Amino acid sequence: MSDMTDTGGPVLAADGTPLKRSLARALRRQKMRALMLIAPLLLFILISFILPVADMLYRSVQNGIVTETLPRSVVALADWDAKSGDLPSEAVFAAMAADLKEAAAAKTHTKVGTRLNYENPGISSLFRKTGRKAKKFDLENGGPWKEALIDINEGWGEPDNWRTIQTYSPPVTAGYFLNAVDMRVGPDGAEARPESEQIYMNLLKRTLWMSLTITVCCILLAYPVAWILANLPMRQANMLMILVLLPFWTSLLVRTSAWKILLQQQGVINDILVWIGLVDDSARLVIINNQFGTIVAMTHILLPFMILPMYSVMQTIPPTYLRAAKSLGATDWTAFWRVYFPQTVPGIGAGSILVFILAIGYYITPALVGGTKGTFISNQIAFHISSSLNWGLASALGAILLAVVLVLYWAYDKIVGIDNVKLG
Amino acid sequence: MKLAKMFMATSALTLAGNVATAEEMANELTLVSWGGAYQASQVKAYVEPYLEMHPEVKVTWDESSGEAVAKLRAMNETGNVTWDLVDAVASDSMRLCDEGLAEEINHDEDLAAAPDGTSASDDFGDLLVSDCFVPQIVYSTTFGYRKDLVGDTKPDSVCAIFDLDTWPGKRSLQKRPIDNMEWALYCDGVEKDAIYDTLGTDEGVNQALAKLDTIKDQVVWWTAGAETPQLLADGEVVFGSTFNGRLFSAIAEQNQPIEMLWDMQSFDLDGWIVPAGLPADRKARVMDFLKFATDTQRLADQAAYISYGPARASSAPMVGKHAELGIDMAPHMPTDPANSGNVHVYDYEWWADNRDDLNAKFEAWLAK
Repeated sequence: MSDMTDTGGPVLAADGTPLKRSLARALRRQKMRALMLIAPLLLFILISFILPVADMLYRSVQNGIVTETLPRSVVALADWDAKSGDLPSEAVFAAMAADLKEAAAAKTHTKVGTRLNYENPGISSLFRKTGRKAKKFDLENGGPWKEALIDINEGWGEPDNWRTIQTYSPPVTAGYFLNAVDMRVGPDGAEARPESEQIYMNLLKRTLWMSLTITVCCILLAYPVAWILANLPMRQANMLMILVLLPFWTSLLVRTSAWKILLQQQGVINDILVWIGLVDDSARLVIINNQFGTIVAMTHILLPFMILPMYSVMQTIPPTYLRAAKSLGATDWTAFWRVYFPQTVPGIGAGSILVFILAIGYYITPALVGGTKGTFISNQIAFHISSSLNWGLASALGAILLAVVLVLYWAYDKIVGIDNVKLG
Repeated sequence: MKLAKMFMATSALTLAGNVATAEEMANELTLVSWGGAYQASQVKAYVEPYLEMHPEVKVTWDESSGEAVAKLRAMNETGNVTWDLVDAVASDSMRLCDEGLAEEINHDEDLAAAPDGTSASDDFGDLLVSDCFVPQIVYSTTFGYRKDLVGDTKPDSVCAIFDLDTWPGKRSLQKRPIDNMEWALYCDGVEKDAIYDTLGTDEGVNQALAKLDTIKDQVVWWTAGAETPQLLADGEVVFGSTFNGRLFSAIAEQNQPIEMLWDMQSFDLDGWIVPAGLPADRKARVMDFLKFATDTQRLADQAAYISYGPARASSAPMVGKHAELGIDMAPHMPTDPANSGNVHVYDYEWWADNRDDLNAKFEAWLAK
């Protein structure tokens, strides 16, 4: 045995190195070159997309601000039993006074107040008002701090405020995610929010349901259009294609505003219906500022994303197949349903994924024509990013939305198979 | 040696930021405002006069005040603040101040005194709602209605909004709890002084929402100030709330058949904030401009272009005629005695505390 390996030896390349190593080197060089070629794009995506997204996602659990701003109080509060209903000890109050003095000098006391106010309304002014006096605290002789702090603001005499500080002192919190699924941290752990404050789960359900409706509407409308485009002579098909692409190139805002003019109660559609006598002037149709308005406008806006993949798939189906089916005795319907339709499924799949995923994250159109019942969860995300500034909650909502999309994509891959998707 | 001396001299100059002279002021000034007629009034009333005095300065505008808080926070996090002076509403300026994103202003030192010598802080008075805020104008959120669509009885109370029997038709309200909750409680019989105490309880919130429920299916909710004038002009709504200046321009400049309903108008403030952490030379330029732009004469001048009341008490008597239409501006000011007989005073502190909470309840109610 050993003789055989010795005499055989490794296969050598022309320059005497073992072929295996030489091959590996060549492959490695090729890989490096490929990597170098895609490096600019890779770096661009990493820096401008993946890192910011990861940073935003991290905000959904990040909560370092409480320990950083109130380090002594957090340590002192650790032993306090929130369920006892008593106020914390004098040591905790003294620690809070020292923390507040430092925080007020650094002007960070209001930030921590804002953070805690998300969980306990009213705590923000507690910090703001106390902070104004905290700069002048005499830490040596100013005590006892229990009386002093309660004297400044009676909010310090409420155990509930201390419980909030204690609950949200760890540097990582599930609070934003709980909020995003309509729950909160109560005295006994996570609990559902009262029904009057439940928003996000309903919104998420509505977003999914409406996106699905929009996708189905797009399929129904796009299929015949794509079929005509694919089967007309080139010249006419190109003309029609321009009609599909023109709205696609028009600004989203312009198209949405146009729908406003068409759909409103004193709008074009209602005026025509009243004019031909179909609808009474006093009973004009309400077809905007509700779900119907959002579905109509978004179906129109997303339609090209359905037509284009369908068209490019249908173009590759030879018309001879249909003729062959018919010559073998199939009816028109059977020929379509058994021969033609199955071949268009990859196009429908591609279009549906595109439309559905775009729809789920839409917010400009729902905001303009959706009223109150036709808005999406992304409208709440936008609100928390630009208006309420609760970026943690916005990130948590975004993370949930991202997870939902990934799960749906996975399910689609399992059911239809992502290899069956064709964009052209 | 020489070089080291020069270096020391420059650093000493930089340290003495407050006694800045023209040589070390930056010549670029990025101002952030709301665009439209309001920004135009700022250009004419104080930016153009300032540029005449300082031709070396170049002003860039950014119409981003609507997202000022979010953008300033993002700029601050990346450490690259490109804005020098930002126009913001009072509640936003309070939040910017709370977050440490706005510079604290020493109102008496940094701003000009009134012509009669009254200190700036006395001249602005109660309108200095935040340490970082320099108010420019008093505006109000109030209602306008279509003269031709309200029938024979003219509405004279804000409660007409809730009276669908006398005045049927759609109403447009701002898509936020602020003001709407207060009007609802007021029209449900709550005393004006007790509105915020009532709203502080769960029952009070439910009471306000129940009142709003009575008109919910007749409400068109708006988010941009231009929507209500458009909806009124189209006849889509009979009543609509918006900023009084928007209604003024629809009525006086565009001759729409709209009339003001001043009852229970909600006063609010708009003004400047200086972003925190500006380099010394840029800050020196901003403070120089700010002192000029918020003096008594300049604030009075602004009222010639838009129907918002000047924030300084000393400016009020100087308000004259509209610069182009030539009409007397005083009767169109929200602060005019004829208009401000019954006003709603919006409690900034209360809303700063309860905004997130009430917003969640309001949104949940809207979605129902």
